[in-house]
Amino acid sequence: MGTHNHQTIQPHNHTAMTIIEIKELFKTYNDSEVEVHAVNGVDLNIEEGEFTAIVGPSGSGKTTLLNMLGGLDQPTSGNIRIDDTDLGKLKSSQLIDFRMKNIGFVFQSYNLIPVLTAKENVEFVMHLQGRPKKEREARTMQLLEAVGLKGREDSRPSKLSGGQQQRVAVARALASKPKFVLADEPTANLDSKSTENLLNIMEELNKQEKITFIFSTHDQRVVNKAHRVITLEDGKIISDNRKK
Amino acid sequence: MHYTLNSNDMIPSVAWRNIWRNPLRSGIIITAITIGMFAGVFSATFMKGWMNQRLEAGIETETSHIQIHNPEYRKNYDIRQIIPKGFDLAEQLSENPTINGVSPRITIQSMVASAETGTGVKIMGIIPEKEKQVTSLSEYVTEGDYFESISRNPIVIGKKLSEKLKIKLKSKVVITLQDADGHLTGGAFRVCGIFDTANSMYEETNVFVRYQDLARLSMLSEGVAHEIIIHLHDQNDLNSTTLALREQHSGLEVLNWKELTPELGYLNEIGNLYTYIFVIIILLSLGFGIVNTMLMVVMERVKEIGMLMAIGMGKLRVFLMLMFETILLTLTGGTIGIMLGLGASLALQQNGINLSNWAQGLEDFGYSSIVYPVVEVQMVVVIVILVILTGILASLYPARKALKYNPADAIRTE
Repeated sequence: MGTHNHQTIQPHNHTAMTIIEIKELFKTYNDSEVEVHAVNGVDLNIEEGEFTAIVGPSGSGKTTLLNMLGGLDQPTSGNIRIDDTDLGKLKSSQLIDFRMKNIGFVFQSYNLIPVLTAKENVEFVMHLQGRPKKEREARTMQLLEAVGLKGREDSRPSKLSGGQQQRVAVARALASKPKFVLADEPTANLDSKSTENLLNIMEELNKQEKITFIFSTHDQRVVNKAHRVITLEDGKIISDNRKK
Repeated sequence: MHYTLNSNDMIPSVAWRNIWRNPLRSGIIITAITIGMFAGVFSATFMKGWMNQRLEAGIETETSHIQIHNPEYRKNYDIRQIIPKGFDLAEQLSENPTINGVSPRITIQSMVASAETGTGVKIMGIIPEKEKQVTSLSEYVTEGDYFESISRNPIVIGKKLSEKLKIKLKSKVVITLQDADGHLTGGAFRVCGIFDTANSMYEETNVFVRYQDLARLSMLSEGVAHEIIIHLHDQNDLNSTTLALREQHSGLEVLNWKELTPELGYLNEIGNLYTYIFVIIILLSLGFGIVNTMLMVVMERVKEIGMLMAIGMGKLRVFLMLMFETILLTLTGGTIGIMLGLGASLALQQNGINLSNWAQGLEDFGYSSIVYPVVEVQMVVVIVILVILTGILASLYPARKALKYNPADAIRTE
């Protein structure tokens, strides 16, 4: 179905490197009697340094697409290539390792380990990676400063506001120096001031450090900030607009 | 995927802090483990003390370490089955450096009667000074004395027997027995001392007279013995000395206390077994409580576990984190309980635990009514290992359950 059937895929006429390449991606659920095509033939390239929002109504396939992009879910067919790695070829244990090294995650909520302080949460992935202490500490302090939480290093999540918690989550996602950050409705539980603040920080990190951000969102404020807006409906891309 | 724990790993630290996220719930299960382990350890030391006391009483006052008999004697306790040169042998044995004391005895199954009634007893003719070196019975004489106050035919009997025969100190009793020639004979003895041990049965069935009195009565010649009782300096020499004596005196029957009273020999093992079974039952029931607690933990943290897996925490690490949490929970309760149990045992080691309300029944079986707990390192180590094992086993099911989650689904669970 789908009334808007045209796709506006931009030609690659600039020098930026493609880091994500999605080809003919399908995801079909057979849970009930009716087959559900959550993702129904998506082709998409994401380049280094993008600040991209994936939008669409509930059930449009945003979350499914993001899960597959993050290696949390396997496609029914098609493939996802991140740099030189074909995600479909990785075993589940390799996938965990791949996520740890290459992808930063920011979720809607429950991003942080409640028993660890802000600093320890940011350090956690670097611990999993087995980075030396000096490096961990330096990077953590740098990131917490970048997200405006200097001085709150030793606070546990329960002592931080929702916006502050999401900023710690962003710092945590960046700690492992990922190729890109996937943020699934990161502002869904935030008030407008915190949303503004969080978006500014992410935009700044995008500009300064060339961090690639991919959001899924309902939030018009996020859409307004994004440099590229991909709209999904019924598992298909119905529009893809670059602002700049 | 392999995983090694290094010193700055966060997993144990996270696990420990996780325990205290719900202090009430963790507190309840820790308290349960504490109480269980206190009970386990305390009953273990109590049991150990009790068994040791029984063992010591059995050896020191009754059998001593090693006994030598004519090989035929123990078959039907025939008065004629003697060791002909018993005194010489005893003398010779006392030269042995591992041997502390040697006492030759004449032992005859006989009847003892008071004016009121009579009963069957084992009558032992002893040389008091030598007997003192092999058994501690003289120390248990609570009324009268040990062959001192009465010069003619003195007899030392147990308290229980004195009650049965309704006799007192200085009362006269008549011993009836078959002498070495097969004639029935008898003699009058006067009660010189009454001993009171923890073993009523022993008190009731054993009486002591002087060697020369019994030898004269039973027409046995001086110097013979039915049994030679040997007490060692060190219990550790028991097996080697038994074997050596058996080799040197192949014509005689050499038995140590473990062989003479196998029920005493097994007492230690039975006591340990009982303790371990008790502790295992406690831990088993606690284990189910721990599993339940950890299942609640896993259900409660579905989203968090999903998030941890998404950001790159492998299944093995999630599994280990939950396992650490379970083990630390179990060990916390276990350590406190074991400490309290040891503390209580050590505190009561001096004065003992008085069970006199039940003592009558217990003493019939040879168990003392005041129990002094004994702490044995080996047993504590085994209990600690059992506690850790319980923690590991109890963690398997909940931790495995956590691994079944798909991170993408788990993090969106409502």
